[in-house]
Amino acid sequence: MTDLISLNAAGLADELASGGTSSAELTRAYLDRIEAYDTTLHAFLHVDAEGALAAAHEVDRKRAGGEELSPLAGVPIAVKDLFCTVGQPTTCGSRILEGWVPPYDATVVSRLRRAGLPILGKTNLDEFAMGSSTEHSAYGPSRNPWDTERTPGGSGGGSAAAVAGRLAPLAIGTDTGGSIRQPGALTATVGVKPTYGGVSRYGIVALASSLDQAGPVTRTVLDAALLHEVIGGHDPMDSTSIDAPVPPVVEAARRGDVSGLRIGVVKELGGEGFQSGVQARFEEAVELLVGAGAKVVEVSCPSFVKALATYYLVLPSEVSSNLARFDAMRYGLRVAPEDVDDPSAEQVMAASRDAGFGDEVKRRIILGTYALSSGYYDAYYGSAQKVRALVARDFEAAFEQADVLVSPTAPTTAFKMGEKLDDPLQMYLQDVATIPGNLAGVPGISVPAGLAEDGLPVGFQLLAPLQADDRLYNAGAALERLLLEKWGGPLTPPEVMA
Amino acid sequence: MTTTATDLVPFDEALERYDPVMGLEVHVELNTATKMFCGCPATFGGAPNTNVCPVCLGLPGALPVVNGKAVESAIRIGLALNCEIAEWCRFARKNYFYPDMPKNFQTSQYDEPIAFNGWTEVEVDGETYRIEIERAHMEEDTGKSSHVGGATGRIHGADYSLLDYNRAGIPLIEIVTRTIEVPGEKAPAVARAYVQQLRDLVLALGVSDARMDQGSLRCDVNLSLKPKGATAYGTRSETKNVNSFRSVERAARYEIGRHAAILDAGEKVVQETRHFHEDTGTTSSGREKSDAEDYRYFPEPDLAPVSPSRMWVEELRGTLPEPPPQRRRRLQAEWGFSDLEMRDTVGAGALELVAQTVSAGAAPQAARKWWLSELARRANEQGVELVELPITPEQVAQIQGLVDAGTVNDKLARQVFDGVLAGEGSPAEVVEARGLAVVSDEGALSEAVDRAIEANPDVAQKIRDGKVAAAGALIGAVMKDMRGQADAGRVRELILGKLS
Repeated sequence: MTDLISLNAAGLADELASGGTSSAELTRAYLDRIEAYDTTLHAFLHVDAEGALAAAHEVDRKRAGGEELSPLAGVPIAVKDLFCTVGQPTTCGSRILEGWVPPYDATVVSRLRRAGLPILGKTNLDEFAMGSSTEHSAYGPSRNPWDTERTPGGSGGGSAAAVAGRLAPLAIGTDTGGSIRQPGALTATVGVKPTYGGVSRYGIVALASSLDQAGPVTRTVLDAALLHEVIGGHDPMDSTSIDAPVPPVVEAARRGDVSGLRIGVVKELGGEGFQSGVQARFEEAVELLVGAGAKVVEVSCPSFVKALATYYLVLPSEVSSNLARFDAMRYGLRVAPEDVDDPSAEQVMAASRDAGFGDEVKRRIILGTYALSSGYYDAYYGSAQKVRALVARDFEAAFEQADVLVSPTAPTTAFKMGEKLDDPLQMYLQDVATIPGNLAGVPGISVPAGLAEDGLPVGFQLLAPLQADDRLYNAGAALERLLLEKWGGPLTPPEVMA
Repeated sequence: MTTTATDLVPFDEALERYDPVMGLEVHVELNTATKMFCGCPATFGGAPNTNVCPVCLGLPGALPVVNGKAVESAIRIGLALNCEIAEWCRFARKNYFYPDMPKNFQTSQYDEPIAFNGWTEVEVDGETYRIEIERAHMEEDTGKSSHVGGATGRIHGADYSLLDYNRAGIPLIEIVTRTIEVPGEKAPAVARAYVQQLRDLVLALGVSDARMDQGSLRCDVNLSLKPKGATAYGTRSETKNVNSFRSVERAARYEIGRHAAILDAGEKVVQETRHFHEDTGTTSSGREKSDAEDYRYFPEPDLAPVSPSRMWVEELRGTLPEPPPQRRRRLQAEWGFSDLEMRDTVGAGALELVAQTVSAGAAPQAARKWWLSELARRANEQGVELVELPITPEQVAQIQGLVDAGTVNDKLARQVFDGVLAGEGSPAEVVEARGLAVVSDEGALSEAVDRAIEANPDVAQKIRDGKVAAAGALIGAVMKDMRGQADAGRVRELILGKLS
């Protein structure tokens, strides 16, 4: 089985197409891996062996019948537990949704099903995707396959740990401030945040509506592109979805040619505050690209220094409203207040929200409620919107000088469990380089860039203009190829590997 | 501070010292096939919680998409009220917790309404009053709570509450006037006329069923008083969900008296919402509205902005019905009504009913006569609006048709009205079932005349002697014999023929 497990998704797709294996065999192999190693990694909150195998058999039957199948048909996948899935619980890592089984599928999930990807289960995350370590999950943290004493990043640490630990060849995440890219960096996986509106948000439990974007979590850039094609494209159920064809991402990932490409190193997204090993691997990667024909320019985006503060006004504001629906009236946890006879609906709402939400969620709800309050709105939410416009303008100006922008994905390598848990600001700083992309809606990718002085993975971030996602895949694939040549093979985590 | 009905200052007396300032907020439920932000049917009624989906139930992950037809209706309403139409506008979230609101925020427009800066003119007692429209904006309705147990049907004191989300997400247009300052004695009637005219307008636009009794047209009356000569406005009350035209007028009158009593006593009016009670014509305190109530509005990030092209707006302008003032003038000329007849017709809220009755074939004067006498009397007795009577303009025209054809006379026609209103079927069916048709069988009529002559020899002799006026007594006897179902003219002819 190790043969199958060592293959990336594109390789598995070829095996399936040539009859070298079946989807059922492959799915079984991954379910076995999950059974063996997920007690350690805790990447999954729910595993659906029965559903995954049924989907696998269905694909095998279709393939045997000569039906035309999607390129990734039969390759199993893990889905972040923020997506609505019929037949599987969707908890968002929160007590307040414990046991809730949605009556409908998110658009991304129905596209996966239609394309014949068996869904192995739902992956762990910080509660409602709020956090950078999965330590805010109400069901316990996930662990980093590179060092199980360390976090895999977050919020999508479960998806990243699953792919890095070879518990799934593919996974889906969501990225609101870096929740796909930062775990990608910390686990040496590829993570893509497509252009805002490039992938439907319908059925993804909202963190911050204007920032949330679903995307691939994979081992290779090509795998990410193949998955991007499956989940991307216009959805009439999401009014913020872009009504245009998916950019030619697969073609770009296969091309991987940076000759003549202008690479903009963003002055504000590096240097001070970035771990030296992280900075070193980043600079070496830039050199590799230059060696392959790319041109480097330094660009300055002055508003980016205010991006983190802006983000922590926009996001909590939307959170305070988006999470208002969890009121115990229609679904989810319901708690009667203690010491109250005959409680009112309002008292039940308050007691349930108090019991159902964790500290980080409460912190952000309170922040956002305050920021939107009458008398404070202009100073906080209003100002944040203005800075947000400046960030977008800085991107536009930078993309006049460069075709893609680059930076380290995260300022540090994977940190120890508990290290930042009591210091929200330190935790928030993990997303300092990824947040500007969310504020402006531009696409970004994190590609593994080697190991830092501490032996832990470093991520290399590429950012492209709106709807130019293909540029990420082109440059990302080029860098990936150059690094593989240099290393003589892919980076694999030392632990939990059979 | 609460006042009771006994504290009221009489209306006329209140107006000696104070001028009322009104603002009217009318919610119009659109008759689109589907809801504002999802594909669920937007129909009235239905078993509870059957017209629902993840979107209108506010399930985690569900997203709204704007109903294009609702935007079209909003623009047409805006244009009909002479509003400017926004080139670009957004929805906002109005945040507050309430069990019948699935997302615990209402998706509504806030500072960027689709239509704004409009006006319309209403007529009261032959005078024209201009009402300035501040805005018309789109929003979604909430679900419906039924509070079970407890005395008042309110949430307070109830044993439990039932929630029906069929109504959640039904598209609403809220039309807000600027302050209305008209001569005090006219204010309640102007308010009523405005709401009536809005109803006629949305019906003519075909965008709503506009049934106040079913809540598809709802009015909030905001009212304050200022001492005569003062310029600063007083504190207002907001009387909610006033559910008939008559109630709009009554609520305004009541609030004028109540505010005057408070101000006369040197006390302060509390800014609050109030509930109107149809049975007593009074209002009672709802919840206090203080500055503490903070809806934390912000632009709805789940919806793309609405930016109607100018070409589309002009296209929609071409679909507008005739403006109400022109329509009134044209109809008056066509119908040949006197100013007084027209004023009464408009005042009774019968203009569209008469127009539809005329369209269905009745003569204008006949249509006016039935609606303003026979039917107005019945509506008044039942305390309902004319439009709420269970009879259609087509049926009224059919009854008049029966009169014109000589099938029934006016007196029998009233019995046909009884039957139709009692739900016995169409006018023709009522005539048939009740046996109301005028007897045109000459033999039966002739025999009845003979019986009357035989029974009244003295009267018969007088007629033979040339006292034709005496024939009335014999006609009456024949009609009684025929239980009214005879053409009195023909009876007279027969009597005079036999006795000449």
